Amino acid sequence: MKSFLDRRSRQRIFERGIHAALLLCASLSIFTTIGIILALFFETFEFFKEVSIIEFLTDTQWTPLFVDKHFGILSLVAGTFIVSFIAMCVAIPLGILCAIYLSEYSSPRFREVVKPVLEVLAGIPTVVYGYFALLFVTPLLKSFIPGLSGFNALSPGIVMGIMILPMVSSMSEDAMHAVPSSLREGAYALGATRFQVATKVVVPAALSGIMSSFVLAVSRAVGETMIVTIAAGQQPRFSLNPLVPIETITAYIVQVSLGDTPAGTIEHKTIFAAGMTLFIFTLALNLISNWLKERFREEYR
Amino acid sequence: MNRLAYNKLVDRFFKLAALAATIVGLVFLFTLVWDIAHDGAGRISWSFLTSFPSRRPERAGILSALVGTIWIMGLTAVFAFPIGVGAGVYLEEYTKKKNWITRLIEINIANLAGVPSIIYGLLGLGIFVRALSLERSLLTGALTLTLLILPIIIISTREALKAVPFSIREASYALGATRWQTTYRQVLPVALPGILTGTILALSRAIGETAPLITIGALTYIAFLPESVFDPFTVLPIQIFNWVSRPQKGFAVNAAAAIIVLLFLTLILNSIAIYLRHRFQRRIRW
Repeated sequence: MKSFLDRRSRQRIFERGIHAALLLCASLSIFTTIGIILALFFETFEFFKEVSIIEFLTDTQWTPLFVDKHFGILSLVAGTFIVSFIAMCVAIPLGILCAIYLSEYSSPRFREVVKPVLEVLAGIPTVVYGYFALLFVTPLLKSFIPGLSGFNALSPGIVMGIMILPMVSSMSEDAMHAVPSSLREGAYALGATRFQVATKVVVPAALSGIMSSFVLAVSRAVGETMIVTIAAGQQPRFSLNPLVPIETITAYIVQVSLGDTPAGTIEHKTIFAAGMTLFIFTLALNLISNWLKERFREEYR
Repeated sequence: MNRLAYNKLVDRFFKLAALAATIVGLVFLFTLVWDIAHDGAGRISWSFLTSFPSRRPERAGILSALVGTIWIMGLTAVFAFPIGVGAGVYLEEYTKKKNWITRLIEINIANLAGVPSIIYGLLGLGIFVRALSLERSLLTGALTLTLLILPIIIISTREALKAVPFSIREASYALGATRWQTTYRQVLPVALPGILTGTILALSRAIGETAPLITIGALTYIAFLPESVFDPFTVLPIQIFNWVSRPQKGFAVNAAAAIIVLLFLTLILNSIAIYLRHRFQRRIRW
């Protein structure tokens, strides 16, 4: 009897140990977030000891690696904005049309084949898209647009748009799929065509789900790194001209990481300040996207 | 033309436009694959796979990048799998009532999944390279990628555990099994194919990651093989990036050939995931 009790208490200790180990695994995600915030905050704080926050937010030149240093994040933000904007101009219309086709028009078989093939696009490493943008799309565009530079915002923007297309179409399609079919049937019974059902019933009903996919796609575009590093050039520029070389926040971080800027210098601290800016942007976008998605869920409970 | 005919015409036109939009993505994908195969297939040879990088494109190879990629993937799998599964099990099997800790962890994981990969690079630089003095080693690279793919593994583990019928757990508890015995001997084996599939898909994301590894300072030119986890390294995507950014045509061809190898490895990982799912699915039936 004693040995039985021993075994039970041993077992209880073992169970507690397992519980603690699993809790530790789960809380690692919290430590990751804390780690990100600390790593960014510490160096950004050091950065702002030397550079005023007003200069950072209002100066239109970004030249930390030159002798005449300017620290205006706006030119990197402009570069990030123009590329993301072009990407969204490609991804939103194509993505939503694609979602409508797959959800409202196509046969189940077509959908079963096409959806996974489209999702392959999202699984291709981004460095591959960079290669394609620089060596295929840019030369192709040059034959239409004579003034296009070898490095520009247009080509990586378009390629990035296609890359995030499956994300927009999959998420939007899921949202449309969740619209109760009674709504569709009601509209059909009133004599509506598929086009009318899609645009006047399904899309409005799934709107917050669709918007959530757009916002998440913007967040992906803003954080995308390799396509723009390879194909957009490395010239920070406060301009929205898509035909000339620019630099995004992410490409700047890569540029400095590749160089031999010693740690502890102001040049090196800039990548953390730039990273902090990027982190705040994407965090805000992700929170908005989640909020929209939750709202959509509540509508159809 | 009456109203009805007009509506039908609009509908037909819209259907064509929507179909065209769907096909754009497919055409793009095939063009991409064709372009890369066209540029690089002729360059692939045994010597390309077994040579170190070189200043002369025709003598350069991907040996150090390929070995580095295999090291990094192996280490990342060893770190990420147990931690990710552990976290998923905790959230799914060990927390029946939602308290503030589990809710915080859940929101946190959802947000981490949306953090750009380059930010993980800055995290690795700040924590692993500097604070823990691991330098630009394989270990730093693998730990950084581990943190990057953990949210994906945790989310897919939870999905797989959710799919296990509750009756299996109840039967196990009824026989006097403890929570861990139930989880380890009954629930996890059933959920394993789903968990493995998710893990392998997460690894196939990690294999293509370039930005975070450049940020932690992985080198672009390495003419030796790493011997321990504390050695510097390079990986295929970084080698590709390095070659793409050079002006000579020969290096662009090398980049295309290396891309073929990288896509091939990604394809293998995905095939393993599909195979595992099929194989295990057949064995367990209720």
